[in-house]
Amino acid sequence: MRRLFSRYRILLPVVSLALLLVATFYMQPRTMSYFGVNLLFNLAVPIALATVAQMCIMMVEDIDLSVGAFVSLTACVTATLLNDQPVLGVGVLACLVAAYAVMGAVIHRLELPAIVVTLGMSFVWGGLALFILPTPGGASPGWLRSMMTSTPPMVPMAVVASVVIATVAHLLVVRSGIGTVLRGVGGNARSVARAGWPVIRLKALAYGLAGLFGVLAGMALVGLTTSADANIALRYTLLSIAGVILGGGEFTGGKVSPVGAVIGALTLTLAASFLSFLRLSPDWQIGAQGGILIIVLMARLLFTRRNTRDG
Amino acid sequence: MSTVAQDSAPIVALTDAAKSFGAVRALDGVSLSIRPGECLGLVGHNGAGKSTLVNVVNGGLAPTSGRVDFPASGADTALVAGVRSVFQELSLCPNLTVAENLRISHSGLCGPGWRRAARAEIARTLDTVFPGHGIDTETTVEELGIAERQMVEIAIGFAPRGQDVRLVILDEPTSSLDAAIADQLVVYVRQFCAQGGAVIFISHMLGEVFAVASRILVMRDGKVVADRPVAAFTRQGLVDAMGHVADDDTVAAVTRDLGPEVVRTDDGLAARKGEVVGLSGLAGHGQARALAHLYLGTTSAWRGRRDPKMVFVAGDRTRDGILPLWPILRNISIGVLQQFSRRGLVDRSAETALAGDWKHRIGIRTGDLANNILSLSGGNQQKVLFARALASTAPVVVMDDPMRGVDVGTKQGVYAMIRAEAAKGRTFLWYSTETDEVCQCDRVFVFRNGRISAELTGDAITEEGILRASFEMQDD
Amino acid sequence: MTTLFSRPWIWSWLAAGGAFMLTMLLTEGRGAGELAYAALSFGAFAAIVGLGQMMVITLGPGNVDLSIPAVMTLSGTLALKAMGSVPGAEYWGLGVAVAVGLGAGGANFALIYLLRLPPIIATLAASLVYQSVAIWSNRGLRIRPPEALADFATGRAFGIPNVALVGLMLAVVVWVVLERSIWGRWLLATGQNMRAARLAGVPVQIVRAVTYLTVSVLAAVAGYLLASFSGGASLNMGQEYLLMSIAVVVIGGTSIAGGNSNVPGVWGGALFMFLVVSMLNSYGFGAGVRLVLTGSIIIGIVIVASTRRARP
Repeated sequence: MRRLFSRYRILLPVVSLALLLVATFYMQPRTMSYFGVNLLFNLAVPIALATVAQMCIMMVEDIDLSVGAFVSLTACVTATLLNDQPVLGVGVLACLVAAYAVMGAVIHRLELPAIVVTLGMSFVWGGLALFILPTPGGASPGWLRSMMTSTPPMVPMAVVASVVIATVAHLLVVRSGIGTVLRGVGGNARSVARAGWPVIRLKALAYGLAGLFGVLAGMALVGLTTSADANIALRYTLLSIAGVILGGGEFTGGKVSPVGAVIGALTLTLAASFLSFLRLSPDWQIGAQGGILIIVLMARLLFTRRNTRDG
Repeated sequence: MSTVAQDSAPIVALTDAAKSFGAVRALDGVSLSIRPGECLGLVGHNGAGKSTLVNVVNGGLAPTSGRVDFPASGADTALVAGVRSVFQELSLCPNLTVAENLRISHSGLCGPGWRRAARAEIARTLDTVFPGHGIDTETTVEELGIAERQMVEIAIGFAPRGQDVRLVILDEPTSSLDAAIADQLVVYVRQFCAQGGAVIFISHMLGEVFAVASRILVMRDGKVVADRPVAAFTRQGLVDAMGHVADDDTVAAVTRDLGPEVVRTDDGLAARKGEVVGLSGLAGHGQARALAHLYLGTTSAWRGRRDPKMVFVAGDRTRDGILPLWPILRNISIGVLQQFSRRGLVDRSAETALAGDWKHRIGIRTGDLANNILSLSGGNQQKVLFARALASTAPVVVMDDPMRGVDVGTKQGVYAMIRAEAAKGRTFLWYSTETDEVCQCDRVFVFRNGRISAELTGDAITEEGILRASFEMQDD
Repeated sequence: MTTLFSRPWIWSWLAAGGAFMLTMLLTEGRGAGELAYAALSFGAFAAIVGLGQMMVITLGPGNVDLSIPAVMTLSGTLALKAMGSVPGAEYWGLGVAVAVGLGAGGANFALIYLLRLPPIIATLAASLVYQSVAIWSNRGLRIRPPEALADFATGRAFGIPNVALVGLMLAVVVWVVLERSIWGRWLLATGQNMRAARLAGVPVQIVRAVTYLTVSVLAAVAGYLLASFSGGASLNMGQEYLLMSIAVVVIGGTSIAGGNSNVPGVWGGALFMFLVVSMLNSYGFGAGVRLVLTGSIIIGIVIVASTRRARP
């Protein structure tokens, strides 16, 4: 019995996504095809990457209110610098990742509230994005465009990308030794420090990873939309928080699941299109995301209650 | 075994080590050496200096004076010398699996395949220490029961982790283990010492200490009062050595007429009107939880009352008592604001008058009640918390070890005030880690392992009686 | 003088004053009245939602209301729809707005308390639903407010914009509640240490519930006024107030760690946020530089505040 509950954390997101997918297929059988599935999940890829970025921050018990602005910025860099001057573009993106790591170290060193620092940084990222790309436009580098729109045999690109993201993040955060220590920082920072680890470097590493995934999210987004603007991904901030929670993650205790986070992002994307197939008005798309979030969290509460009673 | 102990260099040697916290000498000049093959049983009552000694040995605290050396290894730090500690508070990461927790304290595990190596190492250690343990190394720690967590923690303490384990400090290792598993640990510790390791074993189960130790160290008031081979002790002798034998002139509480019963809980705690009820036993055996449970169950988080049924005096001031951003004045008045309100607004002149009155009655040493609460010394902060509670009209006062870090003069004043209030018909439930305080009560409940192990009244309230009930005497 | 400078809110007012002076330096004193008037008008909305957010943040770490923009939009939309441009329906509309606020605040707290969700995620999930209700009821129509209400929202009394007068009045009420009332003491105690407050006899759950209701009602009133001010509700009218409401609280000197409110600072922060934008605009800086500076200022203030706290 315990074994089953020990896996409920990932079971619940999987079941929610599967139920939603089945319902969608039932409503609209035409989506049950190569192109249908690709259409349903296409825009989920950048969201999944942004969600993994948010997860890296939550892993060390912080929260990032700047993910959306940061992804917008990296999208703008991708659509301009990376396209026009690839070397400079890569350099700028690397600097942005480093900036994230520095932000993590500063938050830890000065014991600042992450929520306010990232709030301030969201203005900074937004400003830089406007600076780079004052009006919507730019163009996607050709290789990126062809990668995001490629049509691999049998399985659509959106699915392949999601699986790859989930696998890489899982290896990095769950399987690897350093990922384990990073989760340990969220679980019991004191005992990690007592064992001789430099917590400030671990925090910087977690933030750096978040920056890396944020960069990838911006690139993936431009590959899909072929252009960018400074506000293109602002809603990712809230979506990424919701995605992590939906995927079984928690704000405290270093309890995160990369696979769950990707599934959470897919569920939120699917929830938006689902109701349009129900022939309900598209007005309710955003509300459906909120509703599904609440329902899944309610289900999780039932599971955890039973779990504590058993154990 | 004893021959080994004589021959080799000590693993750790303390020379006249002392540690003071402010005016308190927690460790008062202790010299001690632990050799390979020894198992040192460490006993003493609350505040005897056991945990300070342990922290000085494992490098967690630097001694104020004296030396700590590691002659056997020649190392500079306890970690390099192979000294490990298994603490009473859980120091595992609850979100990681058993094997992953080993990774946290063993940074040598890296590269591909570290997971398999970690699993093998922790499983091997668990199998050796607790044969038939039934713990899956891939379960996350938060899903384990409390006993299993403690077993994992002990196993990580004894696991090789790429170096020689020379000394393992076990602080109450069996507090949540059942008898059969505790026996396994005792057997393993003996075996570990026979192979040249050393252990410091702290426990309130005297039977276990006798079973496992080769030598017993008794501490009292920061000093070592007895240090002899185990055969030189009897159980009675051990209890006597822990107590203040000379102090037998405490005034027994005068028998008074008490009112009807006003408190009665499911776990057996009871008090009558005007009674001072003591809660005793070793720290962390459920007294604080019982009091918090009682208080939270009696009062409401949804409705404030002008006439509360119960008030709480916190002992852990930072966690439970002090509102750190506020001046002394507001810290006193927070519990009684509704007594002098006008249409929901605070009557500030009445508030100032009340706080000024209590400043004199309880003797809070400050120039100005508008100063921040943190400008006060610990003892004076505690007086503020007493004033907050006593200023209310509540008939029952619950006190959770309120005399921590309070000087003697203050204590005497507060004792007198408690007596006076009790005579006027207030009921006190008073948890204290200091036995002489508990001895002033009308009735004492002694806690052990989260339950009441004895109820003492009248002449039966003695230090010896409390010690007997706090420590498990029989082999079980 | 030293006591004045030890007040945490003074810095937001000095910063706002500095931004004002720098703008005036450029225009050589022309348009001072107009700038002050605009700052008061637009600052009022940020100040009203900031007051609510401040009370929530005062509740302690982890407490923040992310549903403010959605509640503003929903209340603006529903109130204007209920009034339907009919003269004399102003109070009916205000009633609808307050009811929206009470409903949203109640729902938020129910999610926090009953489902034990962290407030961030509870208010976030609820806000998605409120947003949808607003979209659904709005249907792209732009209903104008009754003329008298529009006149009130854009009008002035004693040379001060009416919305700013409402904002000032609310600030005074909040100040009295926090500084002088028992309920305010309870809120501040809860925010410093919820466990200690509970053990001191403070009814912490009702304090939390009322706080979450209050923030939503304030957001709803701000939405009602903003929709009347700008001649109709729009679906993104609340958008900028998500970060704005947190920013004015932090700039105003309220501690993000809880237990410490600062009412004057909220107004100072709100004025500053408007004035710094107009200053940078009049110096010809683009929107990009403006945002970068705003963000840097927020972070700078947090760093200064936290290092000053650590020193004594």
